[in-house]
Amino acid sequence: MSGARGATAAHGSSGAHGSSGAHGSVEILVEGETVAGRAGQTIAGVLLGSGRVAWRGAQQGERGVFCGIGVCHDCLVTVNGVEGVRACQREAVHGDRVEREVRG
Amino acid sequence: MRIAVIGAGVVGAACALELAERGAEVVLVDRVGIAAETSSRCEGNLLVSDKAPGPEADLAIHSNARWRALADRLDAERTGGQPETEFEAKGGVVVAFPGGEEALRRFAAAQRGIGIRAEELDAERLLAAEPHLSPEVALAIHYPDDAQLQPSNTTQALAAAAVRHGARLVVAEVTGSRAEAGRIAAIETTAGAIEVDAVVNCAGPWAGELGRRLGAPLDIRPRRGVILVTTPMPQRVFHKVYDADYVGAVGSGDAALQTSTVVESTPGGTVLIGSSRERVGFDEHPGVDPVRAIAAKATRLFPFLEETILLRSYFGFRPYAPDHLPVIGEDPRVGGLFHATGHEGAGIGLAPATAELVAHAVLGAPTSLDPVPFLPGRPGIGVAA
Amino acid sequence: MTRVAVLGAGPAGLAAAEAALAAGAQVTVLDEGARPGGQFWRHRPGLTDPRMQHGVRRFEQLQSALAGAVVHSGAAVWSVELREPGERGGAVVLRAAVGPADGARREAVVVEADALVIATGAHDLALPIPGWTLPGVTTAGAAQALAKRDGVSVGRRTLVAGAGPFLLPVAQSLALVGSTVVGVHEASRIGALAGGWLPKPWQLLGKSAELAQYAGALARHRIPYRIGSGVVRVLGDERVEGAVVAQLDADWRPRPGTERVIECDAVALGHGFTPRLEAAVMLGCEVTGDRRGRFVVVDDGQRTTQPRVFAAGEVTGIGGADAALAEGAIAGYRAAGLAQDDERLHAALRVRDRMRRFARRLETAHGIRPGWTAWLDDDTIICRCEAVAKRAIVERAEVPLRAMRLATRAGLGPCQARTCGRAVEAIVAEARVSATGVTAAGQAVDGSDSAAPGGGDLGFERRPLLAPVRLGELGGADRPTCGEN
Repeated sequence: MSGARGATAAHGSSGAHGSSGAHGSVEILVEGETVAGRAGQTIAGVLLGSGRVAWRGAQQGERGVFCGIGVCHDCLVTVNGVEGVRACQREAVHGDRVEREVRG
Repeated sequence: MRIAVIGAGVVGAACALELAERGAEVVLVDRVGIAAETSSRCEGNLLVSDKAPGPEADLAIHSNARWRALADRLDAERTGGQPETEFEAKGGVVVAFPGGEEALRRFAAAQRGIGIRAEELDAERLLAAEPHLSPEVALAIHYPDDAQLQPSNTTQALAAAAVRHGARLVVAEVTGSRAEAGRIAAIETTAGAIEVDAVVNCAGPWAGELGRRLGAPLDIRPRRGVILVTTPMPQRVFHKVYDADYVGAVGSGDAALQTSTVVESTPGGTVLIGSSRERVGFDEHPGVDPVRAIAAKATRLFPFLEETILLRSYFGFRPYAPDHLPVIGEDPRVGGLFHATGHEGAGIGLAPATAELVAHAVLGAPTSLDPVPFLPGRPGIGVAA
Repeated sequence: MTRVAVLGAGPAGLAAAEAALAAGAQVTVLDEGARPGGQFWRHRPGLTDPRMQHGVRRFEQLQSALAGAVVHSGAAVWSVELREPGERGGAVVLRAAVGPADGARREAVVVEADALVIATGAHDLALPIPGWTLPGVTTAGAAQALAKRDGVSVGRRTLVAGAGPFLLPVAQSLALVGSTVVGVHEASRIGALAGGWLPKPWQLLGKSAELAQYAGALARHRIPYRIGSGVVRVLGDERVEGAVVAQLDADWRPRPGTERVIECDAVALGHGFTPRLEAAVMLGCEVTGDRRGRFVVVDDGQRTTQPRVFAAGEVTGIGGADAALAEGAIAGYRAAGLAQDDERLHAALRVRDRMRRFARRLETAHGIRPGWTAWLDDDTIICRCEAVAKRAIVERAEVPLRAMRLATRAGLGPCQARTCGRAVEAIVAEARVSATGVTAAGQAVDGSDSAAPGGGDLGFERRPLLAPVRLGELGGADRPTCGEN
């Protein structure tokens, strides 16, 4: 039973919904480099917050976030060895290893 | 001679090209357009590896040789924005899991007897050929002659070549025909009547219904096949790799869902995974069962696929006759009516040889193939499904 | 007890869940987000600025109501099917992978219900523009989500362009996360706006308080607002360095000689919304409209043409959060078995009818006009996933839509034409008309190839998987995790 009655079964989130006022920080490894963000941010939010605007190699040029809500798949990254993760949908978890993807 | 080829799938387009090149005046008729159905809803397999010795294997071997030249030619003659055939002589690797080795070995030995190249790969060569394959695999046979192409693009190319040789495309649905002295004289369509000397029924799974409208019903039925497409990725599958149980499914008449795994990469970076076979009429709601069944077998073959994102699935209807042999040749009931259908999942692979047999039947063109096993007059074909 | 499943936890879905619970149903909510709220309620107290969020109190009420429901957040619902009445009775069956977004080996969840409310909402529709694949170009929705959810801005100097009142809160949010908004460019002109309502989009009935507040924010942040204007080219080498704006005529054709360059490092585009129809299409619910806009057909009780299936919110017509809340409540009550004339529906019915009028005016005033294709170059990328240029689509426009896609790969990439589908359909239709003057028999100009068996009038909307899922997640245990009472 994954959905708890009476509680939102929020996955991969540290702060659940709403109530936790104090958001801490998270650190993720982007291509081996430590990048700091705030707890609760998506990986795309952390990357943008660190000044990065593009992080995936497409057939023509670099891409970053476009739709921001999980529709366009422009922002894909590899997270902890798993390919094809939408950076705008996945909340950053402390210690996540994020690597770029390149479309051949 | 004026010939209407009805159905602009791969078989119809190949027939139109063959007939037009031999000087016939060809009208290619389709109710939607070129490659709108089965030929854009399949995998583009050019296989010899799945054929047991028999008439269809002869057709497949002959066709396989013709495709190499034909694909080269179609690519060389491309114009405008026409896409490539994406023909790849990549070869097939057929594998057996423990317990299935002997059946596969026997099958391959029989195939070698009719000239199909089939060589057993030792562990080292298999690892080099398909490094991501499951270590569970007990036996692998390499078929260097298996090939692949992009079926929709190739059908477009065949039709474009036919048009360059004078064929004309008419988008209209055929509603009936007019006969004179026992021979077909005209077809009636939603775009008006077309006077003809001969008609070739290339309507694939709809060939039975078209035959009925032309006064010659056929027992051709649809078999639904579902195919999965993954997200694009770096290439990890290098041949057409399939589980030997595919061999069993092709000829089976069982209505229930059957699946067998065929895994291959495409030039677009996606991996295609086929396929299921269900005899459910023209039902357009495959649901989740085929998808789940195919996925379960594919991940056994290539464990890395467990983490691969499935992008979409699609399905098509494959035409089959009760005896699972293609139906090619003149109808014994209606003069001037010819059929070219019933290729089941092998229409792409068998199209060039089929066109050769049609040219032989309609125009008397020479062929080294034996047309007899495929004639529509054989028992059980000339009745409504 | 009636089992009601709700797909989507935005305003419509949450209101449906609340109503169905109030009517005594057993409710399961499935939502792709990490937490409920949808695209509308994205604020994160303590992380992001509360001034960006409207209707917080209503959201808190709805969240409290969820205490009585089973909620699966982070649910990638990849399949929904109707099970025919049989041994176990008829039902709607939903299959999901539940866990962190796009995670591997997420939990397989199967939900069976007697009725389903589809509340899958809509996503931004950004029309292609030369240069729109440069990093720094986002949808207006992305700019909004990143501001409200992550507290970051898509740029330092951001240009907002497109059509509709949604551009205003986006501009406000950008300003609140510290971006300079160098302008809001609304494509519609006075004539269209006056036909829809009044010359300024915030001067409209029903929404006036909220929109007046945005107008105030624009003034406070000194954000220029232009009508009949749009971005026709994005400039830059490796990222956005500027944008060319031009005056647009009533059909959104750029007026020659009116181009000027605005320096910016981000462009947020929102030309409208695309309803997320795939669940309704998979269930065989009737969809109306054409490539200019397709919506799920519902009756007065929000019931679709499939008796067990209801729909509410943007999938039935773009109307905003208030319409979605009202429709969701109606759908929830009806799905739980209340009669249409039950007095508990009255208030929601009144709001819905008023909001429908609002939605019609919205479409009249801001709906996409056909002249937009004039700002494309032949080599403008239309399909972002597969980098397919306009030229390739035009060259194959005469063949059946399916064959065109396979030849060009337009719409075949990871987003499955969710981003480019409508633009591709428009380009195909335009090319077919200009090539022949008329369309070939059987090749419907709306791009649907409706003569194709099973083609229907659905263009790109038929998607056999509702969400991306990993192959290893399809097998899983197939037992219902809800509804065993």
